[in-house]
Amino acid sequence: MSTAPDWQQGGFGLYLHWPFCQSKCPYCDFNSHVAARIDQRLWRDAFLAEIARAGRDTSDRILDTVFFGGGTPSLMDPDLVAAILDAIRSTWRTSNSFEVTLEANPSSIEAARFRAYRDAGVNRVSMGMQAMNDDDLRALGRLHSAADALRAFDTARATFERVSFDLIYARQHQTPDDWRTELDRALALGLDHLSLYQLTIEDGTAFGARHAAGKLPGLPDDDRAVALWDITQERTQSAGLPAYEVSNHARPGAESRHNLIYWRSGDWLGIGPGAHGRLTLDGTRYATETPRAPGAWLDGVSRETREGWELSPLPAAEHATEFLLMGLRLAEGVDLDRYDAIAPRALDAQVLAGLAGDGMIELDNRRLRTTSQGRLLLNAVLRALLVDD
Amino acid sequence: MTELSRIRNFSIVAHIDHGKSTLADRLIQLTGTVAERDMKEQLLDSMDIERERGITIKANSVRIEYPAQDGHTYILNLIDTPGHVDFAYEVSRSMRAVEGSLLVVDASQGVEAQTLANVYQAIDADHEIVPVLNKIDLPAAEPERVKEQIEDVIGIDASDAIPISAKSGLGIPDVLEAIVRRLPAPKGDRTAPLKAMLVDSWYDSYLGVVVMIRVMDGIIRKGDRIKMMQTGAVYGIDRLAVLKPAMTDIAELGPGEIGVFTASIKQVRDTRVGDTITHEKKPTDKPLPGFKPAQPVVFCGLFPVDSNEFDDLRDAIEKLALNDASFSYEMETSAALGFGFRCGFLGLLHLEVIRDRLEREYDIDLITTAPSVVYHIHMKDGSVEELHNPADLPDMTYVDHIEEPRIKATILVPDEYLGDVLKLCQDRRGIQEDLTYAGSRAMVVYDLPLNEVVFDFYDRLKSVTKGYASFDYQMTGYRQDYLVKMQVLVNDEPVDALSMMVHRDRAEMRGRAMCEKLKELIPRHMFKIPIQAAIGGRVIARETLSALRKDVTAKCYGGDATRKKKLLEKQKAGKKKMRQFGKVEIPQSAFISALKMDS
Ligand SMILES: Nc1nc2c(ncn2[C@@H]2O[C@H](COP(=O)(O)OP(=O)(O)OP(=O)(O)O)[C@@H](O)[C@H]2O)c(=O)[nH]1
Ligand SMILES: C[S@@+](CC[C@H](N)C(=O)[O-])C[C@H]1O[C@@H](n2cnc3c(N)ncnc32)[C@H](O)[C@@H]1O
Ligand code: SF4
Ligand SMILES: [Mg+2]
Repeated sequence: MSTAPDWQQGGFGLYLHWPFCQSKCPYCDFNSHVAARIDQRLWRDAFLAEIARAGRDTSDRILDTVFFGGGTPSLMDPDLVAAILDAIRSTWRTSNSFEVTLEANPSSIEAARFRAYRDAGVNRVSMGMQAMNDDDLRALGRLHSAADALRAFDTARATFERVSFDLIYARQHQTPDDWRTELDRALALGLDHLSLYQLTIEDGTAFGARHAAGKLPGLPDDDRAVALWDITQERTQSAGLPAYEVSNHARPGAESRHNLIYWRSGDWLGIGPGAHGRLTLDGTRYATETPRAPGAWLDGVSRETREGWELSPLPAAEHATEFLLMGLRLAEGVDLDRYDAIAPRALDAQVLAGLAGDGMIELDNRRLRTTSQGRLLLNAVLRALLVDD
Repeated sequence: MTELSRIRNFSIVAHIDHGKSTLADRLIQLTGTVAERDMKEQLLDSMDIERERGITIKANSVRIEYPAQDGHTYILNLIDTPGHVDFAYEVSRSMRAVEGSLLVVDASQGVEAQTLANVYQAIDADHEIVPVLNKIDLPAAEPERVKEQIEDVIGIDASDAIPISAKSGLGIPDVLEAIVRRLPAPKGDRTAPLKAMLVDSWYDSYLGVVVMIRVMDGIIRKGDRIKMMQTGAVYGIDRLAVLKPAMTDIAELGPGEIGVFTASIKQVRDTRVGDTITHEKKPTDKPLPGFKPAQPVVFCGLFPVDSNEFDDLRDAIEKLALNDASFSYEMETSAALGFGFRCGFLGLLHLEVIRDRLEREYDIDLITTAPSVVYHIHMKDGSVEELHNPADLPDMTYVDHIEEPRIKATILVPDEYLGDVLKLCQDRRGIQEDLTYAGSRAMVVYDLPLNEVVFDFYDRLKSVTKGYASFDYQMTGYRQDYLVKMQVLVNDEPVDALSMMVHRDRAEMRGRAMCEKLKELIPRHMFKIPIQAAIGGRVIARETLSALRKDVTAKCYGGDATRKKKLLEKQKAGKKKMRQFGKVEIPQSAFISALKMDS
């Protein structure tokens, strides 16, 4: 019997990175840049060339998802999005439940383009709401108001089959009561998917520098962060959108299929500056990576030098580490038979028993899951599991 | 071979940082021993750890040729020595190989504790002493006042002290002339049977064991069959050389000369510093008296983090011990840590240096257990046991009393810090013996228990006096006191490697400090961890390390997997520096850090 390649249990997707934003948010460490002029035709040519290239090894596959991420992909010309999706559809067969997500910033400028995106084939948007009151939006350096965002959301909902939005919580001076109220307002909008991120202070960002200088007051301590987390779990659960991943909540069946590919260790193509991919070819899993700087990437494609494009085989131990660190983020957990097939050696039974005893994980049949408590301490759980490789 | 009258052998001695190695640089440079392009600061401090810490740890010798004003060319063998009190043994050993000493005194600092200690050693070794006043380029230098100080405090004639700046090179020609004129030539009989002193030895990964000798009588040549008189080992000389400081082959060495040889020495144990080397066939009948063995005063256990590395550790320790006669070791086993070694050191810096060298030069990750001094356990049946490891303390019902080692500490300190120093000594159970003044500096002598001194006394002294105090000590003897074993329990499990002997009156204080320190040093775990100090089952101090509450990455999508994985890899590497005690991981650095007290 020939076994199917492991990636098929996760699916096959395409991530496309649009690296530009209108302004840089102070907390953001994504590969996003503010550019005075962007020649969208040049970018179209480059994206199309890369799609054609990616198709050479994989055109026999069925594509499950496409994700336009950023940056702010809602700044892309709808024509550009259409051209890309046309190219994609003519390169791969697409699955019956083909999901095409586009990340959008919730301002009026963008809402005006929603219909054109839909016509191009986008069927899901993920909106960066971030906060639902103007003071906090300002503190997060966002350009839109809460009212703008709600209007954009209404337009989105009228336009797309599926709409999700992002909120950042554990913000400066945010009390548990503030958050409960705000979250309830969000849930009252009746959507079926929400991404709820605790604010992370990243190195190399404006917040990172301010924090290091002691000038970012009112951030929650651990106790408060845990209280905010607990509220999040409880409110989303009772609204019927339980956490299916550390920071993602959905009505069952409404999960982001694209992001599930990452967490279930499927294969995905990474296209655009700084995009990462994972691709299994002839039984070997590869990690791919491209230059982060938009100019360098564009040059590399248009001159066909592709300097800085990397394709490196992923050793079994690293594949196994990724499988766990991604999979244990999911409420559904991981299949240990799959782990054993990937990993050079099985997980230590004693460590597993210890973690289960501490209430961090659950094991039933051959499924390993983190508890809600364990998910909050996921890094520590992973450190314990990945001891002596 | 060089005529005796054209040889001068000397050591350069001083308090720490007074400029010995820099002076050595200038002597090497001015005589053209090393090509200009190969010169670098403190050239002889060749170990990484010496360069990093900016201090000399090992004595180093170099042979230079100096054309003197009298028209003759002289061979000068200089030995640069360390200044830190922990390495005093290196200094005394070096002095046995030479006839004179350059006593360097920083003209902006004046006489310090190791200045005194070194002079006494030099006098003991019958040395001619040439005082040198260094750093006269500094605005704060007061050469005249320091001269007076040398005469008052040390009691040697300083009228001919040479003012220099080792940094700028000022006065160096005068130093070279003084070496030739004022230091005695070595004595020796070239026709007598070979008698050479084994001064030092070390392991070189290319050459194997290298032995440094000072010839007293007779002549040694390449190819000779020689015998080490104490160990009885016999070898043929493969290679004979002098250090310039690069190894430079030479046909023979005669009386008064210093050089090195290799001899395919397999047994590292065959070479003992202080041993006499002679010819196998025509041996000398009067071996040298040998060196007084160094007395280790601090002991600790060294265990490989990875128990598979025990053999590597044994090999590394043997090789290092070859290069450092003041360090002792014996095998030890521990329930929690497996196989390792109980090692003895001359002080805490010495301990840190050896541990560092083992980790770096031999690439072995180590766990260091709490250092301890040697106690005398007087049993009720009248017998006496030496206790090197608090974990081995016998059942107290059989113990009559315990004695601990005491020292005589000499501290020199400017007036304004005297109060702080007295308080520190008093807090450490000291008994004041003497207090005198030399100008605006006080010299205090204290009788102190060694166990209050070895761990952090020097650091504390430096911090309360902003670095202006200097300190030297000698062991004096043992005295009975009310000493108890304090155990540390982490998550209710005793951690032997952290047990220590303390004075009963100080136990609560030390217990509290220890628990607080450990609370800082142990990373938070998924559960809360009680940390307790106890004496014989009675808890005297307690802290609780709260559980880790949240440790998760909020966003982790396709592009983050790589970054996250690398972070985990790094944390895994960090874990190697941890040791598991029950369910708790303790960083290996904690075993020493936990003993350093902040007050
Ligand atoms: N200004 C000035 N600084 C000097 C002089 N001689 C040495 N130093 C500085 O003093 C410091 C200590 O010099 P070293 O030569 O390492 O002193 P040392 O006596 O060998 O020190 P240990 O081996 O650790 O005991 C270094 O920073 C030197 O650069 C001098 O003549 N003038
Ligand atoms: C690629 S970004 C969003 C795209 C879009 N440009 C936007 O900002 O609306 C994905 C999401 O990550 C979240 N995010 C970004 N930086 C964050 C940080 N430092 N802490 C927590 N969440 C963050 C935000 O909610 C953001 O919407
Ligand atoms: S958060 Fe979104 S809009 Fe803000 S800089 Fe980052 S990618 Fe751009
Ligand atoms: Mg030095």
